[in-house]
Amino acid sequence: MSIDIEQFHGVFFDESDEHLDDMEQLLMSLDVESPDPEELNSIFRAAHSIKGGSGIFGFDALMNLTHVMENLLDKARNNEIAVTADIVNVLLETLDVLKDTLNAYRDETAIPQENIDERIKILNGVINEQSTDAALGDNGALPEISANIQSEGDPDESFGFFDDEPTSAGANSDDGFGFFDDEPIKEELSYNEQAKSECNEDDGFGFFDDEIPHISVASQTDASGSATTETIETETGEEEQGFGFFEDVPSARHINTTLETASSHNSQRAAKQPSSAATTDLHKTTNKSAASMPAKPVAKPSSKKGTVRESASIRVDTTKIDAMVNLVGELVITQSMLSMIGQEVEGQVGERLQLAIDELQRNTREIQESVMSMRMLPLTATFNRFPRLVRDLAGKLGKQVELVLQGGSTEIDKSLIEKIVDPLTHLVRNSIDHGIEMPDKRVAAGKPEKGTVILSAEQKGGSIIISIIDDGDGLHRNKILDKARSNGLAVSDDMPDAEVWQLIFQPGFSTAEAITDVSGRGVGMDVVRRNIESIGGRIDIESSAGEGSAFFIHLPLTLAIVDGMCVSVGKQIFVIPLLNIIESFQPTNQQLKTLGNDTVLYIRDQYWPLVPLYDFMEVEDAALSPTEGIVVLLESSKKRFGILVDALVGQQQVVIKSLEEHYRKVAGIAGATIMGDGKVALIIDADSIATTYTSSQIKELLS
Amino acid sequence: MSETALHQAVTGGQDKEYLSFVLGDEHYALDITTVKEIRGYEQVTKIANAPAFIKGVINLRGDIVPIVDLRIKFNVGEATYNDFTIVIMLNIQERIVGIVVDGVSDVIRLSEEQVLPPPEFGVAFDSRYLHGLADVDEKMIILVNIESLITSEELGLVAPESVKDDA
Repeated sequence: MSIDIEQFHGVFFDESDEHLDDMEQLLMSLDVESPDPEELNSIFRAAHSIKGGSGIFGFDALMNLTHVMENLLDKARNNEIAVTADIVNVLLETLDVLKDTLNAYRDETAIPQENIDERIKILNGVINEQSTDAALGDNGALPEISANIQSEGDPDESFGFFDDEPTSAGANSDDGFGFFDDEPIKEELSYNEQAKSECNEDDGFGFFDDEIPHISVASQTDASGSATTETIETETGEEEQGFGFFEDVPSARHINTTLETASSHNSQRAAKQPSSAATTDLHKTTNKSAASMPAKPVAKPSSKKGTVRESASIRVDTTKIDAMVNLVGELVITQSMLSMIGQEVEGQVGERLQLAIDELQRNTREIQESVMSMRMLPLTATFNRFPRLVRDLAGKLGKQVELVLQGGSTEIDKSLIEKIVDPLTHLVRNSIDHGIEMPDKRVAAGKPEKGTVILSAEQKGGSIIISIIDDGDGLHRNKILDKARSNGLAVSDDMPDAEVWQLIFQPGFSTAEAITDVSGRGVGMDVVRRNIESIGGRIDIESSAGEGSAFFIHLPLTLAIVDGMCVSVGKQIFVIPLLNIIESFQPTNQQLKTLGNDTVLYIRDQYWPLVPLYDFMEVEDAALSPTEGIVVLLESSKKRFGILVDALVGQQQVVIKSLEEHYRKVAGIAGATIMGDGKVALIIDADSIATTYTSSQIKELLS
Repeated sequence: MSETALHQAVTGGQDKEYLSFVLGDEHYALDITTVKEIRGYEQVTKIANAPAFIKGVINLRGDIVPIVDLRIKFNVGEATYNDFTIVIMLNIQERIVGIVVDGVSDVIRLSEEQVLPPPEFGVAFDSRYLHGLADVDEKMIILVNIESLITSEELGLVAPESVKDDA
């Protein structure tokens, strides 16, 4: 049994993570004055799903805590407890403990039992304190259920369930996963399955622990329902009641108890009985949910009509997608080989072949685009963690901050998303800690009491720009210069602003007067820049003292593909990322100056070091004289310089392949790609060339 | 050479299979389980700042794979490249590496008793990379411990911790 279950742990962890995130978002957006009952319902459902799952998998600590949380949420959504800001805080903190606990289970580390006990105590305190109407049947029922859960009150039945399963383990466990967590999937199920899963989801516990009759009810409805779909559609009255029954959890509990007495009866009666037993309650919730539930109620009527229009998603291992990206890359190469061969075929067959190849080309391009888009995810999920962070931080620092999120729907490669979170978090914290002033100071400066931090993302051409803009104090040029001097950095008073701002990325650089637990230790900004550069991005700063600062992070759309300029050197082709290229031109003798044995360029009123690529890459038969070749001016995050190549071949998107996978990292090379003829071309790493090219004078110029 | 004669070395039981190949005048063999495939030599893309025996990289169905010419590395035979030049693609520790050899002879089975300890000197390979010697059809076959050779620091195929800035 444990083997069957354990393979689903990963899914449970992933989905619980999602539920926790959802809960956090919902709690953050909850209007305390007049909480939207639907939002409370959603929060409750999320908690419930986690509880259900953790119960099945035996994650007791997780289950116990979510259970108490669920009690509180249940009362909140039934208006037995008035939601206050304090309660929201308590719930948010509980979420943190839940996350820790979940991670502890995932990493198989020690469960933070003390925290859990403390949270349970606090939550119970809130429940007891706030509970106005203790006489409601619910209250009695809850501990009872939890007792059941913990002691597995009815081993026979609960085991019976599992024992039944192995024969149909695949299908059932899938369902299990679907209904416990993944709503989109669930919404695609037929009505009956839905009804069944609903009841499971909302009362997953009862189902697994003590409700064998419950299952039989569900499956009976299922059986009769699927046999006669029309019956169900005509029986709307009952349907709706059933709907309410499945939807509403407290009444579902009533039903469970009733069901036990009515267990062996046929499903219709069973369904009617409990629903009439809890009629008033049910009608209320049915109406309520029909009026305001966003996702599910919409899905239900439509699924009845058989026109489901919900975006369903499937979890796919990223390695599978990567493998697919690889294969599609191969397909594109094969296709271009084919079209080269096709051009050699003459006559009528040639024409027909050409038509077919054109068709193939279109299709492969579309496949490539759609495969690439699979790796892309909207930034929303990343952005959504920030309201919480800003709220907590502002509260801690006694500042008033409004966070504005823009462009969350901008899509970016998944691997980039993972790497951008830390730098973003750091920058947002900085904006609040160092940027936004205390309210009184802001008022004195003639600014609104509440500071604004704008976190936005947009796509510009082949790159994504994420900006963090605050209307705080801004960067102080003199402070930074002073600090730089005391740190022993070579600075001058007439440095352009942009260069001064870049100083804050130096290791150990902080102008904050006091070190707080939020920021000011001077570690961080250098890490931020390093992280961003490691994913091929760069960061720019704009700021003016007293008015605010803006950080712009430029990121490539994806790590897997780069827009490149193909250049030839001798017989070899190199790809230079367009991101690095400022311009390319054929140099004239006037633009070339000699410095010792090396040649430098004088252009745009500046001297540019010139790196001959044939020299750096040890290529033979290349054009040796700069006037015979083309100079490409490059800008990396570290240096600006020109490289000498023989000729420009053309611009194209290339798929980046790792050299390190089977070989090792090579200085000056970011990776390799496969050209249309199946040959390998190396991709230039401008940063690395700047730091590794060691020709005496040029090195001096570069440093 | 007489390939059929090599087969006479075949015995049953706990034998291991080796792929024998030729470098210059010497016969070598490596553990056949490390062999991914055998290909003809094709044009490589050169890599800067690599030792001469690393010819460059090729595209092996989407993987960028380095090609090593053992003839250059061990100074045996002549490093010529023509239609008959053979590359043995190896799969070692999840890495793919191609080695250029003068020719591939055969698959031989050897029992442990047939493997004699390697000599301390006299072959191009450092004895660290040798597994032993075997006498097959009156020819001495040198059994190479290909895994330790390919992953050795000397070959530099597997990255040291960081890139050496020896440009």
